[in-house]
Amino acid sequence: MTTLAKHSRSATPASPSSKPRGGFRQSGDLRIALFFIAPALIGFVFFYLVPTVRGIYLSFTEYNILGDPEWVGMENYQAIAKDPLFWNSLAVTGQYVFLNIVLQTALALGLALLMHQVAKSTIIRGALLLPYLMSNVIAALLWFWMLDYQIGVVNQFIDWAGLPRVAFFGSEEWAIPTQALINTWRHMGYTALLIFAGLQAIPGHVYEVAKLDGASAWQTFRKITTPLLRPVLVLVLVVTVIGSFQVFDTVAVTTGGGPVNATRVIQYYIYQRAFTESDFGYGSAIAVILFLILALVAFIQMKFLKGNESDLD
Amino acid sequence: MKKSLGAVAVAAAVALSLSACNGSSSEESAKGEISYWLWDANQLPAYQQCADDFTKANPDVTVKITQRGWDDYWSTLTNGFVGGTAPDVFTNHLGRYGELAENNQLLPIDDAVEQNNIDLSAYNEGLADLWVGQDGKRYGLPKDWDTIGLFYNKAMLAAAGISEDQMKDLTWNPEDGGTYEKVIAHLTVDNSGKRGDEPGFDKNNVDVYGLGLNGGGDSSGQTEWSYLTNTTGWSHTDKNPWGTHYNYDDPKFQASMDWFAGLADKGYMPKLETTVGAAMADTFAAGKSAINAHGSWMIGQYTGYQGIEVGIAPTPVGPQGERASMFNGLADSIWAGTEKKDAATKWVAYLASADCQDVVASKAVVFPALKASSDKAAEAFAAKGVDVTAFTEHVKNKTTFLYPITDNTAKVKGIMEPAMDAVVSGKAPASSLTAANEQVNALFK
Repeated sequence: MTTLAKHSRSATPASPSSKPRGGFRQSGDLRIALFFIAPALIGFVFFYLVPTVRGIYLSFTEYNILGDPEWVGMENYQAIAKDPLFWNSLAVTGQYVFLNIVLQTALALGLALLMHQVAKSTIIRGALLLPYLMSNVIAALLWFWMLDYQIGVVNQFIDWAGLPRVAFFGSEEWAIPTQALINTWRHMGYTALLIFAGLQAIPGHVYEVAKLDGASAWQTFRKITTPLLRPVLVLVLVVTVIGSFQVFDTVAVTTGGGPVNATRVIQYYIYQRAFTESDFGYGSAIAVILFLILALVAFIQMKFLKGNESDLD
Repeated sequence: MKKSLGAVAVAAAVALSLSACNGSSSEESAKGEISYWLWDANQLPAYQQCADDFTKANPDVTVKITQRGWDDYWSTLTNGFVGGTAPDVFTNHLGRYGELAENNQLLPIDDAVEQNNIDLSAYNEGLADLWVGQDGKRYGLPKDWDTIGLFYNKAMLAAAGISEDQMKDLTWNPEDGGTYEKVIAHLTVDNSGKRGDEPGFDKNNVDVYGLGLNGGGDSSGQTEWSYLTNTTGWSHTDKNPWGTHYNYDDPKFQASMDWFAGLADKGYMPKLETTVGAAMADTFAAGKSAINAHGSWMIGQYTGYQGIEVGIAPTPVGPQGERASMFNGLADSIWAGTEKKDAATKWVAYLASADCQDVVASKAVVFPALKASSDKAAEAFAAKGVDVTAFTEHVKNKTTFLYPITDNTAKVKGIMEPAMDAVVSGKAPASSLTAANEQVNALFK
């Protein structure tokens, strides 16, 4: 609140000189500004700030939700450092994020280029978004059944082709790649749309010049499209990496962390400790660690990929 | 905070003294609508009828029944406890009520039992005692029970030349699997029509498995392996209920688990990885397995599949000359935060009475907890052409053991689930359970 007031005051000095009734204007501005900011501010405070602060507090307690939180200091964090399942969940999540992001970004970039240069029809462009309109849970369950070992249609085709059936969700080797692929399928249309918007923002004359200079299609892509698209790509990467780290619903409705621990991703492990085993302090502590990891990842991405600068200037 | 707590205490004291004086406050709590939750959709019609009958007899109380699937049931309930929106009465599970009672979420119903003259000996043996917590208070009245049996595909048995009488006298031991393994092997058929016990059987291309697999069984192995492991004299915990030491490190148990995991290796049972997805009962219906060990609550589903003749055999006799089956029972409990305490108590007493349990029996979906109602349920099943002696025999011959009731059950499950999956999938030997057992027992220190 104090920062808000400060901002509105420091922003006003320019106006009083031209407007004699500056005093009135000032408070009127503040009131109107607050009115417009209020919905976002209230949402932010109640749904982000308060839960975050409370989550950080709970991470230093032992709390089973039905009783009262009991302060235990760093105990949860010490236990997490020695918890093999936590380290396993980091490795599994890392594997998922890597597969998901590499595939999703590459495919989305390809799709965006196709949308930009070939598929100009709105229907086709719109159709690419269709998987994204489906809820995560539905998409996961749909593939869960289609990829079923015994009665799934995909394995039926594999069988007809004379190949051995694949336990897509049941085998430890396949479980994470399968889920990464499902979510790639669901999200790539949306990611492609973001990149496509970035492509449209690149001025046409740059391409014309490149053409005049006799640049090949590959050279144009390497030397013009990629650098000018960078700010959008960085934004897309930051958003998708954070989203990817938070994979939960797909796991929760299909494998539930199994087989053994192959899909016990970090968000699912948090859920398991907190909501299934009523260890909310421990769950909160892992959530805080995840928060720090994501903040660091986003910072590194912004810093080293210079996402807030554009080469167009 | 302190002040408001004091105020609450005063208010509670006033309420208590008021109700003690003239009972005027109990009028409020004996009227209106009470909410009731259960998870099994198959039982909803039976309990809806109980609720209607109950309202007919007690016109100033109505019961609103909500059915929620097992997967969401407990987390929604916990949210309700915290948020103050939990149901007045709900179906409770042995694996859960210890923790709920310890956190003061359940209302003790000892008084209600006394006031309503409920005869606890009318329930099947042991069922009522399961709901007495560590503090000696009673937290639920039994509503039903279940045991384990072997569902088999009659046509596959006939094709293999195995008689139904043979199925009734199966034996098992952890060394060679007894006649149980022989039958399972013979019922297994590979893609070229060779049986599991014939030379040239291809274990990597199996068409029909002798035994279906539900999963690794996590901490209890209720339908997966406990009907075998507990015939060796092994039991999950040092005592039951309220044991404080688990026994997954016992060599007897580990030998049984090695035998069980070996079935998949021999090609007689599906590999664990192939069971993620379609339910075991559905793959049985699709003709992928000949025998499925499953609980009595599944009778309706197995016998309901079109085009498949299903028989039910008792679980095999173990090395000590006895069969064994986990005996699990549900009960109805009252939430400590209910505002309709008197109405809720009345409803729980009604649910546990012959009036309601006979209605449940007549629908032939589960076995009610009252002995007399259990017999009626068996008759109702028989009228539908289903012989359920495989399940009732366990109770009659006292070959049941109780679902392991301890503290920390959710955490025990969290540790044992991946550990058991690793063993049943053949990724780790059963001796690896010793390490998991140490983790489990550390929870009780």
